Amino acid sequence: MAAEAAPQRVAAPAPIMAVRELARAFGGIHAVDACTFDVRPGLVTGLIGPNGAGKTTVFNLITGFLKADRGSILLRGQELLGLPPHEVQRRGVVRTFQHLRLWSKMTVLENVLLGCATPMGENVFSLFLRTQAVRAENAGARERAMEVLAFFGLAGRRHQLAEDLAYPEQKLLSMARIFATDAPVMLLDEPASGLDGESLRRIVPLVRRLVEHGKTVLLIEHNMELISELSDVVVFLHQGRVLAAGAPAEITRDPALTEIYFGV
Amino acid sequence: MTAYLAHYLVMVGIYAILAVSLNLLIGYSGIFSLAHAAIYGIGAYASALVALKLGLGFWGGLVIAAGVGAFASALVAIPSLRVAGDYYVVASFGLQVVVLAVFMNWTDLTNGHAGLPGIPRPSVFGWVIDEPFEYVILSVAFAALTYAVCWRLTNSAFGRVLQAIRDDEIAAQAMGKNVVRVKIVVASISSALGAMAGSLYAHYITYINPSSFALHESIFIASLVILGGSERLAGPIVGAFVLLAIPEALKFLAIPDTVAAPLRQVIYGALLVAFMLLRPEGLLGRARAQARDGR
Repeated sequence: MAAEAAPQRVAAPAPIMAVRELARAFGGIHAVDACTFDVRPGLVTGLIGPNGAGKTTVFNLITGFLKADRGSILLRGQELLGLPPHEVQRRGVVRTFQHLRLWSKMTVLENVLLGCATPMGENVFSLFLRTQAVRAENAGARERAMEVLAFFGLAGRRHQLAEDLAYPEQKLLSMARIFATDAPVMLLDEPASGLDGESLRRIVPLVRRLVEHGKTVLLIEHNMELISELSDVVVFLHQGRVLAAGAPAEITRDPALTEIYFGV
Repeated sequence: MTAYLAHYLVMVGIYAILAVSLNLLIGYSGIFSLAHAAIYGIGAYASALVALKLGLGFWGGLVIAAGVGAFASALVAIPSLRVAGDYYVVASFGLQVVVLAVFMNWTDLTNGHAGLPGIPRPSVFGWVIDEPFEYVILSVAFAALTYAVCWRLTNSAFGRVLQAIRDDEIAAQAMGKNVVRVKIVVASISSALGAMAGSLYAHYITYINPSSFALHESIFIASLVILGGSERLAGPIVGAFVLLAIPEALKFLAIPDTVAAPLRQVIYGALLVAFMLLRPEGLLGRARAQARDGR
């Protein structure tokens, strides 16, 4: 029943993000080559593949940290390629990093506040000329940040420096600060890596709750069991190309793909 | 003695403006500039020239000085801050060298090494400020204004973005922060304030020449920031008080005249090294995390 339901959920909505013929070479190596896939709204799309398949390169191309040689990335029909990273985020795509890249010398609350929209507080003219509006915006941002911290179970840690958190909490914080943004598409780079036990078990319901809160998730993950549990759609990447895309059960049961993935 | 103390306090005020404004870059944005003395000089020359050649008053000169300082800084910042890393250190060094060369060699405008004498004292609502104590008030008032501006900037969402850029520029970009624009804005504000200090200096001493704005002066201003503590807004002010007081205090040491000057230099240098060994985080140290959450 569940297996039948999944493809229906996959087929229903039109893509929020469409990656088409994306390519990027480093010297003679085609890290990403004619890569085409869809990310549908309200679903979790898992990007999998063996080491060196080009998964993180795809993330870097989508978020503007790398320039593509050719191709197209449409977010709700608008081209993202060629935009600088901050513009990509403002259009609605936000990401985590494999190595977290938290602002380690800033507090947990500050990390999340940086995700909250504070356009007036970041404008030097407004800071001096529209002090009341800035104050109101700041109060709103703090309220939003506290909601986000509560959502991720980090409210009690808000005054601690990010570097003083345990690693699983740092992982949560890296997701919390991007959840605080208004961006509807969240790119999670290996959200479960380095986690075990209880913190690993918390990831699946947490990512599901992100979707329930209106987010669309594209994630890279190596843990196949987790990918099957987490994803509505799996895109299998190999040598920069999409070899297959579909429901997790189809992909993980395909012996050819399993052989490529595990090298057996 | 009163005049001596007043002169010390005026110079503390001027250097506090320079150091607090430079700390916007060094401490809060992670951008190391070696051109703050050049910006200081641009402010001093701009203000002196509009007073001497155009007959414009102190306030007009101050505004022009701040504008020219910000413009000169933005000219260097726009190309060099587009790339991450230490390029700005080299670019700012270049600005320092070029500006000093202009001060020394564009003699028609700057009078070269001979400098510009006869800069008028400022007047506030018709009141000419020419007593040392009066200038202390003016200098401290501008230092307080600089502190207030920097406090507002750093205790805000803008300040948070500065620190995010300092700690991890890539993460800041990924979170939608226009890193290049923010860096250019903060460099321009820092320079406008630094140039304002130059204007105050020119109208206080009433004579300027290029030697006051050389590279060693840039390094001295950076030392005020680092020794005072770059993680606190008040740190550079403490740095200015202490580093300007040490040479004065050394004058009271009973040292034979023949070795006095070099010995004072040695003691001064040794004290700087000792400060940094004993208090590497600066005299004021780091702000507590909790204290920063209130914005």
